[in-house]
Amino acid sequence: MSVETHSPVREPLHRPAGLAGFAADWASDQRTFKNVSWGKAMMWIFLLSDTFIFGCFLIAYMSARMSTAVPWPNPSEVFALHIGGSDVPLILIAIMTFVLITSSGTMAMAVNFGYRQDRRKTALLMVVTALFGATFVGMQAFEWTKLITEGVRPWGNPWGAAQFGSTFFMITGFHGTHVTIGVIFLLIIARKVWRGDFDTGRRGFFTSRKGQYEIVEITGLYWHFVDLVWVFIFAFFYLW
Amino acid sequence: MVDIRHSTGEPIGAAEVEDVELYHPHSWWTRYVFSQDAKIIAVQYASTAIAIGMVALVLSWLMRLQLGFPGAFAFIDAERYYQFITMHGMIMVIYLLTALFLGGFGNYLIPLMLGARDMVFPYANMLSYWLYLLAVLVLVASFFAPGGPTGAGWTLYPPQAVLSGTPGGKDWGIILMLSSLILFIIGFTMGGLNYVVTVLQGRTRGMTLMRMPLTVWGIFTATVMALLAFPALFVACVMMLFDRVLGTSFFMPAIVEMGEQLQHGGGSPILFQHLFWFFGHPEVYIVALPAFGIVSDLISTHARKNIFGYRMMVWAIVIIGALSFIVWAHHMYVSGMNPYFGFFFATTTLIIAVPTAIKVYNWVLTLWRGDIHLTLPMLFALAFIVTFVNGGLTGLFLGNVVVDVPLSDTMFVVAHFHMVMGVAPILVIFGAIYHWYPKITGRMLNEVMGQIHFWVTFVGAYLIFFPMHYLGLIGMPRRYYEMGETAFVPASAHTLNEFITIMALVVGAAQLLFLFNLIWSIRHGREAGGNPWRATTLEWQTPETPPRHGNWKELPVVYRWPYDYSVPGAAEDFIPQNQPGSAGHAPEGAS
Repeated sequence: MSVETHSPVREPLHRPAGLAGFAADWASDQRTFKNVSWGKAMMWIFLLSDTFIFGCFLIAYMSARMSTAVPWPNPSEVFALHIGGSDVPLILIAIMTFVLITSSGTMAMAVNFGYRQDRRKTALLMVVTALFGATFVGMQAFEWTKLITEGVRPWGNPWGAAQFGSTFFMITGFHGTHVTIGVIFLLIIARKVWRGDFDTGRRGFFTSRKGQYEIVEITGLYWHFVDLVWVFIFAFFYLW
Repeated sequence: MVDIRHSTGEPIGAAEVEDVELYHPHSWWTRYVFSQDAKIIAVQYASTAIAIGMVALVLSWLMRLQLGFPGAFAFIDAERYYQFITMHGMIMVIYLLTALFLGGFGNYLIPLMLGARDMVFPYANMLSYWLYLLAVLVLVASFFAPGGPTGAGWTLYPPQAVLSGTPGGKDWGIILMLSSLILFIIGFTMGGLNYVVTVLQGRTRGMTLMRMPLTVWGIFTATVMALLAFPALFVACVMMLFDRVLGTSFFMPAIVEMGEQLQHGGGSPILFQHLFWFFGHPEVYIVALPAFGIVSDLISTHARKNIFGYRMMVWAIVIIGALSFIVWAHHMYVSGMNPYFGFFFATTTLIIAVPTAIKVYNWVLTLWRGDIHLTLPMLFALAFIVTFVNGGLTGLFLGNVVVDVPLSDTMFVVAHFHMVMGVAPILVIFGAIYHWYPKITGRMLNEVMGQIHFWVTFVGAYLIFFPMHYLGLIGMPRRYYEMGETAFVPASAHTLNEFITIMALVVGAAQLLFLFNLIWSIRHGREAGGNPWRATTLEWQTPETPPRHGNWKELPVVYRWPYDYSVPGAAEDFIPQNQPGSAGHAPEGAS
């Protein structure tokens, strides 16, 4: 069978306007989302799936908290630090949240410099982002240690519903794991950026498309997602 | 100025996309074992699924032996019986059906049917298979662990799945089961992202969404659903693992075991049911939608006629997929719920019958005045339609709260479930294997063995499951190790149980014949040629059979929808999708 070879020049398609045009664009050949690379599409869909995981965790936590027959420990007191002679409620969580949101800012800047192909600034900002992330995880470890020394365990705590400890360790642990994976991934990509793998098209993961710093943006997508999830955990777990 | 580079204007890219970076294997190991070729991965997935499926088959025999001849086999005690039930259910639903449809057929057909060289992330695709294999091995390991596998029932309901003194929660079984599920979900996510992105972003030139074969539509929608439904199972597994290992009380209320107050308290077993069924109900359609899609293609090809109502078929698949996320609590009517919730979930459940009925009508109308070739794939496709209608009709009984409550814990549910989700999709799997085996191996499966396999399986499945409806209606409960002397179960019901058991043994034996056929035909089957069914879709137009790594010499260009059969005025009774020209060109998505 003879396959007609296509000439590179092609008549512009007839495009209907409005909603029909929108649908026609999406349904057209090759790519549903034009100018979206495979890696970026994959990350978006993965994040959608991950949203359902965190959603299920949070809904499970909320249903446990709403249906508990014994009192739920008061987060403002549990998560207070004793500073300068008085208990400051939620101070550590506030700093952690600030650190994480700041890291989203540096991440966004890294993406920006990535598209400018400014190798050094991109790598530097990614390392800064990773440091903020590591700081966050470190403070979380401090918070866990504090609670554990006060007697909080997954199966019980001195102040009330046992589900407090179990949901706390599970949800913050799962989120902290996400942050840790993000930090590792950031450092790996930062090293590749610093070395110039994306300019030389050196063989390896994500580096073969010469001149493309898109993986920085994809890493950024993940990082912002982890940050966004924290906002929900902060709101539903600590502020409730 | 920020130099953000977007390509301008013309949205039609080159046929070869720069993202394509195939790993070219250099040794036997990287070519056939740690392969990144979707076609090899598909065969690996399918072989593993069939192998573990044989374990499930033997387990079902053992169960039936106990039900048909209670007490005749000393080694089947009550605890083993529950272990057999649990493992049979879990293996069939997750490790066989899900893995075979999505990991097997998805991997093989998506790149070929869409004119892609491979999946978009071959390496992740390979990892997906190895994690799946690991999950299967962990599952199998539970047979050899202290205390054997879990006997919690495939739904793993707490508290009995967590309590140490029950068949469900004792020893290692439940821990290995939950770990295996978690591994499976992680592995599936890697594969699932591949399938979705390949369909969305990896198609060849001319392959618009509305020119995709319905097989791809079915697998694609099912994969999207799986990516959204498996998280609920993942979360449920993690929480139950903590309940069992760390002593948390997510799903455990205050409870007394063997006269002893346990440490647990304040958890909700119903929460587990919600999480489980938020996964569990979509799971039914994760299995059913690929089957719907494949059957549409089998019918159209073997009846030499375009599919009736293509556009409606696509929308029905998408709507069924969406609706299946808001019906889950119909599995929980007997758990007790607010009557308004019951009303809501019964309504949404029955609404699903509408798009499903559209699909059945369209299959029948495709057959109407078609040039029907009673080939093996066609026989299985026809058997599917009948079986699916049967199972679907009993679904209407069980979808209604007041009818479901008395029937829920009887054999009626077993019969319904096995007709609609057991037999029906497996018939499609058989049909699909008979259909695509020539492309995978280059040889046809043996026809005589295939005919015996078909008739024994089809008639046998009815002889097994039809009597179960009756048993359910007279009130015979499911999941009972033995009935003993009960006033409401007549002696004839026991005779019927013996009959069902014998039929189960016969049907099982026919599957062994099928397995033999699969292996025998690799060497001794008739040479198939590139396109034995004279089909239109792209996988039959590859330059080599079986297709090599990379699938195509030059990527095909698609000019038409996949259902140009028996077009008036055309030279042949089929026009391949990559054949240019307007002869018999059906308007895109015409119905």
